[in-house]
Amino acid sequence: MAERRRAAAARVKEPAAPPEAQTTRAFPADEPPEQLLGYYADMVLIRKFELSADQMYKRAKIGGYCHLNLGEEAIVVGLMAALLPTDYLFTNYRDHGYALMRGLEPGRVMAELFGKSTGVSKGRGGSMHMFDVGVRLLGGYGIVGGQLPPATGAALALTYRGAPGPDAEVVMCQLGDGTTNIGAFHESLNLAAVWHLPIVYVVVNNRLGMGTTVEAAAGEPELYKRGSSYRIPGERVDGTDVLAVRNGARRALDRARLKREPALLEVMCYRLRGHSVVDPARYRSSADVETAQAADPVPLLRQSLIAAGLLDEAEAQRFEADADARVAAAVAFADASPDPSPSQLFDYAYATPVPNAPHALPGEPVVVLP
Amino acid sequence: MTTMTIAKAINEGLRATLKNNPKALLMGEDIGALGGVYRVTEGLKKEFGADRVVDTPLAEAGIIGTAIGLALRGYHPICEIQFDGFVFPGFNQITTQLAKIHARSAGQLSTPVVIRIPYGGGIGSIEHHSESPEALFAHTAGLRIISPSNAHDAYWMIQQAAACPDPVIVFEPKRRYWQKGEINTDDPGLDPFQARVIHPGTDATIVVYGPLVPVALAAADAAEEDGHSVEVIDLRSISPMDFETVSTSVEKTGRLIVAHEAPTFGGVGGEIAARISERCFYALESPVLRVGGFHMPYPVARVEEHYLPDVDRLLEALDRALAY
Repeated sequence: MAERRRAAAARVKEPAAPPEAQTTRAFPADEPPEQLLGYYADMVLIRKFELSADQMYKRAKIGGYCHLNLGEEAIVVGLMAALLPTDYLFTNYRDHGYALMRGLEPGRVMAELFGKSTGVSKGRGGSMHMFDVGVRLLGGYGIVGGQLPPATGAALALTYRGAPGPDAEVVMCQLGDGTTNIGAFHESLNLAAVWHLPIVYVVVNNRLGMGTTVEAAAGEPELYKRGSSYRIPGERVDGTDVLAVRNGARRALDRARLKREPALLEVMCYRLRGHSVVDPARYRSSADVETAQAADPVPLLRQSLIAAGLLDEAEAQRFEADADARVAAAVAFADASPDPSPSQLFDYAYATPVPNAPHALPGEPVVVLP
Repeated sequence: MTTMTIAKAINEGLRATLKNNPKALLMGEDIGALGGVYRVTEGLKKEFGADRVVDTPLAEAGIIGTAIGLALRGYHPICEIQFDGFVFPGFNQITTQLAKIHARSAGQLSTPVVIRIPYGGGIGSIEHHSESPEALFAHTAGLRIISPSNAHDAYWMIQQAAACPDPVIVFEPKRRYWQKGEINTDDPGLDPFQARVIHPGTDATIVVYGPLVPVALAAADAAEEDGHSVEVIDLRSISPMDFETVSTSVEKTGRLIVAHEAPTFGGVGGEIAARISERCFYALESPVLRVGGFHMPYPVARVEEHYLPDVDRLLEALDRALAY
């Protein structure tokens, strides 16, 4: 067994070969230029926000762990462009960009990373747990696979409320490549199949589960095929191409919306940094890192827009300056916001008051002597 | 007033919940067509339909997780876990999601899910089918944990759990499912999270819950013949715990014995002992004693009577307490 493992490890030392590095990409003629520029602006905002989060983490403004969407900007923007405001979103812990693209103020998102009381979840969720019921973001989830069964249940709830059709609500459940190895993935896909649920599972395949390659971790490393044992159709799209992601997501969402059947979408990308901010990713070869940088979706879209004559250098710099200003304002807002009060420590532990909760803080007497 | 078994009382409680709350639904393995291994949900699928009484695949994480998702969208799912030991594949969803989403979302979302778990031994079965894992869940904030011991409480507590905005785990004493009792269908009489003094006494207090309640009452009767007056408290709620009722009793009796089927090590009894020692230090005449299962996997059928606390073990503990 050990030998087999070693042999398997030797076989898959490097992540899967990347697509040919591209410098520019052409756009379909029917794609409105202002929409393309909007996608670019969104991707730049996520990029700047995440680079700032990295800095703030290193300055100890953000505690705990912090997982960035760097390298996944086209995926976040493409998916969120396809998702309707009436749809529901569940994500994993790499969720900052999704919260921004669902329309949450960057200041509230940054404040949540800071753990401040003005954050999306009043500082109680932190980086990994963005919740906003108003924009139907039903959570980032810190436990790998934790979001899948609840997302599947939310899709079940939708079947109780309305018929399939162009206006039907659906659920999108984002997850990472490593999650496809967890039992909850398979239980959820099975339930979604037997109950015909309107849900799209989106596997963001950045080729690494922390430091373990997909090939070393998954019996079927072509992850979009993993729905086949539940007869859930899968599609793989290039996650560095915002239009490919958006169009793939629309096809999957349409299936959920119109046919009320689940779908699996795999989006391929590279993680530009470590698993989290504190991970130097020494397990990656320099060749792999170079490949990842060559596939960076943000400069790729920038160059493509310039090549298509839709953007010039000065405008591009304005986009970046705008994003810089928004992120700086977000950081200033988060920094100036108050911490949650210790008097609110016990709030929200239960939805209703609980008698006998030990509301004694350290240092306070628990027993009053007679 | 009407008389029925605990199993039937839960069935009637579930029926009333499904009738009164259109957002309530039942989920579980073989709860519909079969009516559940213990027939607790018998007839409900026929009456309310497959959408309200959902037969699920064998997938506890899937059952509990989808119940969470339903709750996030405004439903009130009531899940049946077939046996105590079968809850563990769903443990992750219970402790990492169900218990915490309300806090994590700063109150934006609630997860009013009820999880019914038939628990405890005495049915001649083995591990996974006879365990008492309540302490594992009591340790997790965000969950409420209750255990009815009689038909009246079973009828009402399942309905009260279903109406609670918090997640509630209902541990049902499976070896007492066929025990009959009177039900007042007009009045629950008590909040589900309060303890009840079920036998007044002055010399010592026994705190029990679930399947050991009849054992404690029998021990109190036997002690009475020896001239000892024992107060018996049915704890009913394990989390939150009604320390008021327990400490009021111990202030009077000065002696406390806690009994449960679960192993005493790291168990609910230890929490009660610690709290009562803090609250009633000057009233205690003897150490708080625990009677419970041993620190071992649940034993095989032929010897389980040596494992389960019985009248004799309670009386021995009582003798020790009274000897101080």
